[in-house]
Amino acid sequence: MVQPAAVEAAIQRAIPDAVVTVEDLTGGGDHLQVSVTSSAFSGLSRIRQHQMVYGALQQELASEAIHALALNTTVPADQPTD
Amino acid sequence: MDDSTRSRIETLIASSPVFVFMKGSKLMPQCGFSNNVVQILHSLGVSFETFDVLSDMEIRQGIKEFSSWPTIPQVYVKGEFMGGSDILIEMYNAGELKEKLEVALAS
Repeated sequence: MVQPAAVEAAIQRAIPDAVVTVEDLTGGGDHLQVSVTSSAFSGLSRIRQHQMVYGALQQELASEAIHALALNTTVPADQPTD
Repeated sequence: MDDSTRSRIETLIASSPVFVFMKGSKLMPQCGFSNNVVQILHSLGVSFETFDVLSDMEIRQGIKEFSSWPTIPQVYVKGEFMGGSDILIEMYNAGELKEKLEVALAS
């Protein structure tokens, strides 16, 4: 399991302007719903956007500290999407 | 990942226009995320083949490396990685998935 604040911090290390919300779906700290908004996603496909977040959480995913991760990525409203 | 695992993955992906690596089978998905993908594809009336990664540790690990994508399920359309459960749901809700599959399967 991981603490939501640690997930947020790991994502922000990789994507400094990321606005992150982490919801613990089961209370066990290993099934998470994560939403990330960042201008760094601008112009990237959804796959690339998700890969950036997965990259930031590589260690937690590989060790299965996070067992399930539902992910939603968005570009801030004032940014072009492609 | 060794060459034989890579080549098995490539053969699987090429075996059907829509191919899903998932946990469990179409009839008995073993994970909610895998189930989401199966239900979406069923609801669009798309025929697809699946591979149960729980049955094969080499494929289970290899597929993550193959696509630089650390989670299961993974959906491939005409050999191209399309995404996992979250992306499929998003594309489905936006109406994009139906269109994309129709175009891919018609060509």
